Parts: sequence; structure tokens; C-alpha cells
Amino acid sequence: MRSPLRLERRLEQPKRLNWVIPLISLVAALILGAIVLWVTGKNPFEVYQRIFERGFAGRRVFSDSLVSATPLAFTGLCAAVAFRMGLINVGGEGQLYMGSLAATWVGITFDNIPTGLMIVLMAVAGMSCGGLYAGIVGLLRARFGTNEIITSLMMNYLAAILLTYLVYNSFSYWRDPVSGNFPSPRAITQRAEWNTFAIFEIGLPIAFLMAIAMGFIIWFIYKRTRFGFEVGVIADSPKAARYAGIRTSSTIVLVMGLSGAMAGLGGAADVGNFRRYMDPKGLELSGYGYTGIVVAALARLNPIASVFVALLMGGLNNAGYSLRGPDFPSGLVGTLQGLILFSAVAGEILIKYRVKSNSRPSEAVAA
Amino acid sequence: MTDQVAVRMSGIVKRFPGVVANDGVDLEIRAGEVHALLGENGAGKSTLSNILCGLYRADEGVVEVAGRQSEFSSPRDALNAGIGMVHQHFRLVPTFTVAENVVLGESDGSLFMNHDQVAARVQELSDRYALAVDPTARIWQLSVGEQQRVEILKVLYRGAKVLILDEPTAVLTPIEARSLFATLRAMGEEGRSVIFISHKLGEVMAVSDRVTVLRGGRTVGTVDTSETSTRDLASLMVGRSVDFDRVVRATPADTDTTVLRVEDVSVTDDRGRVSLHQISFTIGRGEIVGVAGVAGNGQRELAEVISGIRVPIAGRISVMDEELKLGKARAAISSGIAHVPEDRLHTGLAAGHSVEDNLALKNYRSVQISKFRLLKRRAIREQASTLVERYDVKTPDTVTPVRLLSGGNVQKVLLAREFSALPSVLIAASPTRGLDVGAIETVRERLVAAADEGVGVLLISEDLDEILSLADRILVMYEGRIVDDLPATGADRERIGLTMGGSNTTEAVK
Ligand SMILES: Nc1ncnc2c1ncn2[C@@H]1O[C@H](COP(=O)(O)OP(=O)(O)OP(=O)(O)O)[C@@H](O)[C@H]1O
Ligand SMILES: [Mg+2]
Repeated sequence: MRSPLRLERRLEQPKRLNWVIPLISLVAALILGAIVLWVTGKNPFEVYQRIFERGFAGRRVFSDSLVSATPLAFTGLCAAVAFRMGLINVGGEGQLYMGSLAATWVGITFDNIPTGLMIVLMAVAGMSCGGLYAGIVGLLRARFGTNEIITSLMMNYLAAILLTYLVYNSFSYWRDPVSGNFPSPRAITQRAEWNTFAIFEIGLPIAFLMAIAMGFIIWFIYKRTRFGFEVGVIADSPKAARYAGIRTSSTIVLVMGLSGAMAGLGGAADVGNFRRYMDPKGLELSGYGYTGIVVAALARLNPIASVFVALLMGGLNNAGYSLRGPDFPSGLVGTLQGLILFSAVAGEILIKYRVKSNSRPSEAVAA
Repeated sequence: MTDQVAVRMSGIVKRFPGVVANDGVDLEIRAGEVHALLGENGAGKSTLSNILCGLYRADEGVVEVAGRQSEFSSPRDALNAGIGMVHQHFRLVPTFTVAENVVLGESDGSLFMNHDQVAARVQELSDRYALAVDPTARIWQLSVGEQQRVEILKVLYRGAKVLILDEPTAVLTPIEARSLFATLRAMGEEGRSVIFISHKLGEVMAVSDRVTVLRGGRTVGTVDTSETSTRDLASLMVGRSVDFDRVVRATPADTDTTVLRVEDVSVTDDRGRVSLHQISFTIGRGEIVGVAGVAGNGQRELAEVISGIRVPIAGRISVMDEELKLGKARAAISSGIAHVPEDRLHTGLAAGHSVEDNLALKNYRSVQISKFRLLKRRAIREQASTLVERYDVKTPDTVTPVRLLSGGNVQKVLLAREFSALPSVLIAASPTRGLDVGAIETVRERLVAAADEGVGVLLISEDLDEILSLADRILVMYEGRIVDDLPATGADRERIGLTMGGSNTTEAVK
């Protein structure tokens, strides 16, 4: 079996590939997308123009994109934090739910404290709850060597079930007491609503600023602190970490905790800045946790880049929604988004390998 | 050996960011010869081999194979032209059989292999070249020496006319090395050529027909082995004479003060078998204790348990009369145990990390390097610059990943860190493996200097000469036990050799 092409591991990875390849990936995605659109009888240029207009151009749409981007920025950070150490935390989804749960409780319970304090309390509650929830996964991994992919995924379902139960199948604190037979979630008090600043008439949610700050903080932690150094060594070589006296187990738990805290903060932001209540159905539909993995991957696990990739994804998502219609099936939107992901992954492979033609021996030796 | 030229490389230039690894190298390999490639660490030997076997592409220069100018863009191309390389790190699939590994990756158009046919062919090759290995055995069952034979078989199976072996003997026991030499000669007699890279001049003298010496990426010269000597080769390589006589101690060991005490330590290995049986011994202040033995007799476990990487099932260890928390690397480090492990690239160093980070790997928690849990990047860099200079590490800068350094320079990074930690006990496993003669001399001097300053050294080595020329006392290990304990001066090589091999000693200790 001979294929005309083969992959060969690169021994030398030129630095400039780090930005050249993602760029090529993006262009490739656009071209592939154009082909798909053209085959389905659409004018690719027109569609791309629409995507741009509805995702990014103009103050209104850009404000909307910021709103969509905020939770993704946090779940992107969640994935980046863990993946950098080789911990595959796919539980951002569940950790975000738990953050939403805790922040909502705070937002309902404290009804006469200043908004600033409220924001801090909700954020801390969301981070703690998401962090603890992820910490369990880390603890299982550190203590018993349990595969974190499986446990974190299972805990996503667990969180979804819990939230649904609290709002729809019980008379819990999170259910609106006046909703009667039509269960609906209970809103946080008005004072608990997070600010959105208007800058040049663009609505900038305070949570998005937090995401940017978090991006820088995490970048700093990983680059400049002892903890970050330890994480890097563990990711590079667990044996060397052990040899150097690095406490791998506790680092795993801490990294998972930090990762979960990011998703949890995303959950708090979702409640405080946008939804105002814990909304199991809405959260499930959005799938922020899973998209966050894509965000982190596209950002090549760079925390600061993650925030901006989230903005791109948020814009594309919004554009996708507005494209949908009788003439534009949602499957096609999904296909376009899939192509972007596909190109990103292909780009990742191209950084590590190079493609070679499988020429015949005689040709290879020829002078 | 004929005068027919199998491979000619001329004017080869290969640049990497910050270094010129090959700077106009000329190399001529005749058909049927064993050609040794010699040179200091970082001289460009591996790079040159990697170009010949198609892993790297030369920036300049010409490669001719059997008189035809060739350019390889992958190892497969090179192999098709009859050139194969055996790397120092094997690329075998542990769960596959020998025969399966031999045919693996050979895409000749067929999806299925004829097991019997392949096994027969492998058997035939292994008989012809004295490469004793069972074609039906699985890789994980084989010793390192046997795995290397499989790598050689792999290359031979594909009909290679020129074999490149990069430091093949670094991982072999002396007996295995001797059998490898027999194989190399058998290949020469059949008209195949061998390029043999080694830092051991004795081996080069014993096995090669001609020697080419590289220095600083350039060819210094090619000489007939019969017309040279180890002394000449050494001075060609490093540009000065090197001698390996017993290094003189400035201060004798003070055995009345114990720096390391190991009592009744038992350990299990990775597969759960007991690999150390109630080991007890002590090291005095400034004493160099050599551990002799064939690899795999518990030496690695001994080093690991003392440095806290492995948890013992029984026993006590104390440093300077203070009992050590066992199985805790951090405790071992802070009580002054330095460790140069056998497996450098994966255990001793984080290969993807920079030289400067690796040099801080053990002391990043100290006040010099970090404050309030923040790293002082500048301090890390300064420490690295000092150490790189003092230990003569050849690297373009301190932020280059260790993985990109030459084999010997990787080892120097590790040694620099461990020596500079001002330890009270230093465990060194084959510290000079992979180093050039000049660097070996330096390391030996440093070991002795450390001992002179009062460090207790545990020198684990398979190289009996090294132990004999450095150690004050020798422990012989066999099957997880110390079977002999004798002073090094006047030690009887014969007796050590025998006890290493497990023959009964009348005075086995404990
Ligand atoms: N992939 C690479 N990227 C950057 N620099 C490299 C790379 N490979 C080798 N070098 C550099 O090229 C020089 C020559 O390295 P090479 O591995 O050929 O030396 P060597 O003669 O095999 O040494 P040793 O005896 O220590 O193995 C070294 O300075 C090394 O750091
Ligand atoms: Mg080398």
C-alpha cells in the first residue's frame, strides 16, 4: 500500500511556523468553506461578507460578539490552563455550570450590598465552586491515576443533571417561587447585575475585561512563578519533575483547580453580566465548555491569545445564528465552523510534520 | 578492504540557529572498511551522520554514493541508496517481535507479511553477522544490547551497504561491545562499510581501519588506524595531550566521618521484583566509593532510592547522621544529595526546556533564584552563563532547548548543575559516558576535587578502569546484593571481574 504523500516528523521546527501556519490554516478554511458554499449554490463572497458584517462590523454587532465571546474566553482559559500541563480537562462545561450555581446563590441571597462588592462575591463564589468541582477530577487523577478525560466528561453530565433538577424537578432555592407549575429559574437581585461599560458606543461587559486580565494573570503565572515552572517541567518530563523534587500530585490538583476556576468564573459572568439566572437549558444549548477547547486549541494554548480567539469565535457564532434561515440551513453553518476547526488541527500537524511526496527510489537517487 | 569509494562527502556545511555544526567537512568512506569518526563533543559527528542518512539536509556540499551524486530528502531515500543508520535511541515497538520490527516501515507494496519467510531471512542474517537474537522474541524481553542488534538487522535487512552507528557502545557492556566488533568486521569482509562513532579511543583502535577526526565542524584529518595511537588521536581531537593515569588526591578520604549511611535497604524494581536485598554500606567524608557490576544488577535502584526517587520497602538512609525521609526527592535534595542519573534526557533533564531552566531545575526554590514564589529570570540567566562558561558547555545561548545540544553537551549541563550544588553526597551514574576524552579528563578532575572538598561520592560505572582510577573503595554488586567490598589500591581486576559475573566469593560481604 503506497500513498502518494506521507508525513515526516520535523526535526527542526522553525519559529516562524508558529504564526505562519495558523494564518495559512485560516486561509485554507476560508477556501474550503468557499468551495462548500459554491457547491451548495451560494455565492461565497456574499456569504463571507455577511459573516463579517454580522459578526464584527459595526458597534452593535461587535458589542453582541463581545457578549458571546465572554464565556468562551473563560472556558478557553480553562482548557488552556490544563492542557498546558498535559491534563486533558474536557470538563469546562460542568465546571461552568457549578460556577453559575454558586454565583446565582450569591446573587439571590445578598440583596443589599453594593454592586462592586457583589461582583467580587459572585466571581469568587463561581471560581471556588468551579475550581473545587474540577479539583475532584484532579484529586482522582493524582491519587488513583484515574483518566481525567473520562472523569471530567462524566462530571459534565452530573452537573447538567443537578442544575436541571434544581430548577425543573424540585422546589429549590434556584427555582422561581412564583413560577408555579411552569418551572423557571429564579433571577438574581437587580443590584447583582454586572456592569457593561459603553466605550465609543460599544458595550464592553466587565466580565470580558476580567477575562483579559485573567489571560494576563495566567500567562504571568506560567511564565514567571515557581508554580508555573513546575507545571512546565511536569508537562515536559514527569520523570524529571519527580527527580527534581517537584510535587506532581499536588500540582495536578492545583492546575485542575485553577482550570476549573476559570470555567466557574465564566459561569458567574454568564449569570451576572448576561442571563441573570441559572439557566440549565440555555447553558446546555450553548455548549461553552466544549467550544472552549476549540478556542484554546486555536490559540495554541496561549492564555492571552485564547481571549482574542474567543472574540473571533463569538463573532462567528453570532454571524452563524443570523445566517440561518430558510435559504441557509444550520447544517451548513456547522459545516463552515467544522472546517475552521479542521484546518486548525491540520495546521497543528503541519507544525510538527512535513508532507513529502512518496517518490520512487530511482527518482530519489537520480543526480 | 578495497580502495573503491563507497561514500564521499565533500564541503558539507550545516548551520543551525546560532551554530555552524558542519563547516566544510570532507569524508571519504571506502567499500568494506570500518571508518571511525572521532571528535570532541559538539564537533559535528552526529550532524554529519544525520545528513548522510537523510535526516538533515546539508546547506552546502556534495554527497556521492558509489560515484553518483545524491541528495536524500528522507531516511527512506538514503536507505534506498544503501545507507542506514542505527541511532543511539532505538526506534523499536516493544510489543512486536524481532521479525516484525525488522520489516516494520518497509513499504514494498504489500500489506501483509509472510512471517516464516521474514523470520528465516532474519535468522540467516543474524547467523551471518553473529548478531545473536531470536527472531520470534518480543522487544521488551530483550536486553539493550540485543535491541541494538535488532536495529542493525533492520538496516541490513533492507540491504544497506553503508551502516552508520552513532556511539553504539555507550549502551553496551564490554562483552556486548566485543561481540558488536565481531559483527562489524564480518560486515567489512562482505564489502559493506561501517561508520563508527565513539569516544572510546581503545575501541576505535581495535575495530577501525581508518579514522577521521573532526574538530569544530571541520575535518582535521584522516589517518590509517595502523599508523596511529590513542595518544595521537587524543591530541588530534582536542589539540593537546590527555592522560588517564590515576588522579592524585590532595586530601585523603576521612573515613571516620560518615556522610552517607545506608542500612538494610530493600527495594523493588518497576516490575515489582525485589532488586535490592538489604543493602548496607557507608561513605566517608571525601571518600569515592565505586560501585562495580554489570548493568541491571540493582545499581539504578540503589541510586534512585538514595536520591529519593524510589520508595524502598525497608531500610534506613542517613546523611551526615541525620535520617532521611525516604522516597522524597525534595528531602534528599535539601539534605545535600546530588544525583547524576543514568537516563539524562528524560530523568536528569527536562529536554524540551532551555539550558538555563535546566540549570535551575534543582535550585529554583532557593532564595537566589526565586523570591515570594516568583522566579528571578535574570538570576537564572546569570547562573546559567556562569555555569556554561565554567563547564565549557557548547551551546549557542542559554535559552536553547537542551534537546538540541550534542550528546556530550547534554551531559555537561547535567554535571554542571549537580557539581555546582555544593552537595555532601554525590551519586554519579556513568558520569563520563558520551563525553570526549578532554571532557572525561575534566569530569574526573572535578570528581576528585569534589571529594577533596569533603563530598562523599558514589561512583556507579560499568567501566572498571574508571572505577579503579578514581575510587578509594570498591563495592561489587551482583543480583541486588553487595558481594564484595575492597579497597581500590592494589585491587585485583581478575577478582572483581569474577565477582561481577556472580562467581562465588569466599569473602562475600554480608
Ligand atoms: N537540531 C539542532 N538544532 C540546533 N543545533 C543543533 C542541532 N543539532 C545539533 N546542533 C548543534 O550542532 C553542534 C554539533 O552537534 P552534533 O550533535 O553533531 O555533535 P557531536 O559531534 O555528535 O557531539 P557529541 O559527541 O557530544 O555527541 C552542537 O553545537 C549542537 O548544539
Ligand atoms: Mg553526537
